[in-house]
Amino acid sequence: MSVTIPAPAVFDNRVAFAETLIELARVDERIVAVCNDSVGSSNLTGFRDQFPERLINVGIAEQDMVGVGAGLANAGMIPFVCGASPFLTGRSLEQIKADVAYSQHNVILCGMSPGVAYGELGPTHHSVEDLSWLRALPGLDIVVPADSRQTEQAVRFAAATPRPTFIRVGRHKVPEVTTEESSWVRGKFGVAREGSDITIIATGTLVSRALVAAEQLATRGVQARVLNAAYIAPFDTDAVLAAARETQAIITAEEANTAGGLGAAVASIIAQAPGVRPPLRILGLTEFAPTGSTDFLLDYFGLTAGSIVNAATEALSHG
Amino acid sequence: MTHTLAPDLAQATVWKTLHDRLRSAGDDERSGLLAVEAKKTRRRIVEMISTAGLGHIGGDFSVTDILTTIFGAVLRVDPAATASPGRDHFIMSKGHCAAALYATLANTGYFSSDELTTFMAPLSALNGHPNRNKVPGVDTNTGPLGHGLPVAVGTAIAAKLTGTDARTYVVLGDGEMQEGSNWEALMAASQYALDNLTIVIDRNRLQQGARTEETNSLDPLDQKLASFGWEVREVDGHDYVQLFAALQPATASKPVAIIANTIKGKGVSFMEDRVEWHHKVPTPEQVELALKELA
Repeated sequence: MSVTIPAPAVFDNRVAFAETLIELARVDERIVAVCNDSVGSSNLTGFRDQFPERLINVGIAEQDMVGVGAGLANAGMIPFVCGASPFLTGRSLEQIKADVAYSQHNVILCGMSPGVAYGELGPTHHSVEDLSWLRALPGLDIVVPADSRQTEQAVRFAAATPRPTFIRVGRHKVPEVTTEESSWVRGKFGVAREGSDITIIATGTLVSRALVAAEQLATRGVQARVLNAAYIAPFDTDAVLAAARETQAIITAEEANTAGGLGAAVASIIAQAPGVRPPLRILGLTEFAPTGSTDFLLDYFGLTAGSIVNAATEALSHG
Repeated sequence: MTHTLAPDLAQATVWKTLHDRLRSAGDDERSGLLAVEAKKTRRRIVEMISTAGLGHIGGDFSVTDILTTIFGAVLRVDPAATASPGRDHFIMSKGHCAAALYATLANTGYFSSDELTTFMAPLSALNGHPNRNKVPGVDTNTGPLGHGLPVAVGTAIAAKLTGTDARTYVVLGDGEMQEGSNWEALMAASQYALDNLTIVIDRNRLQQGARTEETNSLDPLDQKLASFGWEVREVDGHDYVQLFAALQPATASKPVAIIANTIKGKGVSFMEDRVEWHHKVPTPEQVELALKELA
């Protein structure tokens, strides 16, 4: 007799984003949304219906969109600037640099459908360079919620303590990986699972996959610590150093290009820390993606629980 | 926000008195007073660029009369309270003309004019392009072209949303109008009927390497702006009477674009309308000659 284990419920983080933003906007008139003809894809239809004056749609004009956000912040508003992540970050990168990060305008940039969420639409629509590009900008928080709860926490935190921030708001449905007790601390990784043999540092969509990998490793007697890198900047250097000292190897996993993202940040810390040299494996995208769905592409680039298990096993045995 | 530069309260008081007088004065009196201030600013620019060995003197001189008129007789701001709600906003989109902006801000009392001697010196707040986190009176960091107007659209929309009568003024270079981001913002400003937004285009017809019309032609700029839904006013950018009149609020529910026809290097005969003075630094002999002409 076979037992079917039901798959966990999964959620689109944009739903939590929109619901939280509407709730906050009801009590804080400074909150406005700015978008680039992306009312639907940014899930702002409800916001527009309730606060039509406070939904500023600048049309398909991302450079203007980010500049407008900076101006709104300059005048005391709390702008959530929303657009498909590839265009928000790529087209207006100089505006993010000069108008937001360097100017220190309290703009909350909301990169919708990041990573390879747009699957078959191809590399033009994938946002896998965003973490690398934005990590190079001082003074900009980079937040990657792993589930709906963290998305809500990220939005609440940004509205309560506005500062230049980029939030990656995932569209690819993921299960909840945090609990009601999970706190939200700026610049800190969450501990999704305790473990002392190896550490898996994952971000966004990869956290749930890292947890599945950890369970599979446990059946082989390997206890994996899973860190949820909800902040890419500021970066949790302490958690990385602790993992380097306390566990035998580190695996990083991100739905992003490996050149300059989460794994690169971890490598930079480990390489410069005296006395610790744990084996490190960095999982992510390494080239423009071929045609395929989001799930296909995550498989294709080895961003699965099975691939994480293989990388962990290999790192532990070969160093 | 803490600035590394503190307001010069004594100068702010002097300026406030002058400002009130300029707003209510007749054309002749206002022009006479603004001419004195502009000459002082141009002299300071010569000294700043000479000391720094760097700068954009040609554009500084073409924009000086515009800045002097805006800060002198139009802008409602308080150098001692830069974050006060409902204040007017001023954005220098042509950030490379920072020397002209800094000299004007010092004259307005945002900081001591003594600071001008540090222009572009190591660790000075007065960078080659303005930084709002270090220089009071700067609303947003500029330098890369095509950034100021989108930000200004944001401050103007905020004023509409919050119901204040704050106005936003932006100064753009004419070469800068070749940037696509400006045309995105021109469309948005029209769409939102931002009659609280005024841009002044410093139309000196020269950009870094050549004349604008030989590089990427802007004309007919007035028709282009009008077709984008703006109320267009064309003036002599060195005529204080025309500038003051053009800087008055919109007469329709439209943003206002002032095309200010100017001369790059205005005020120093050997620099006027010469492309090489975009960022050439005067020799000590040329400094002496320039200061003599600006005496």
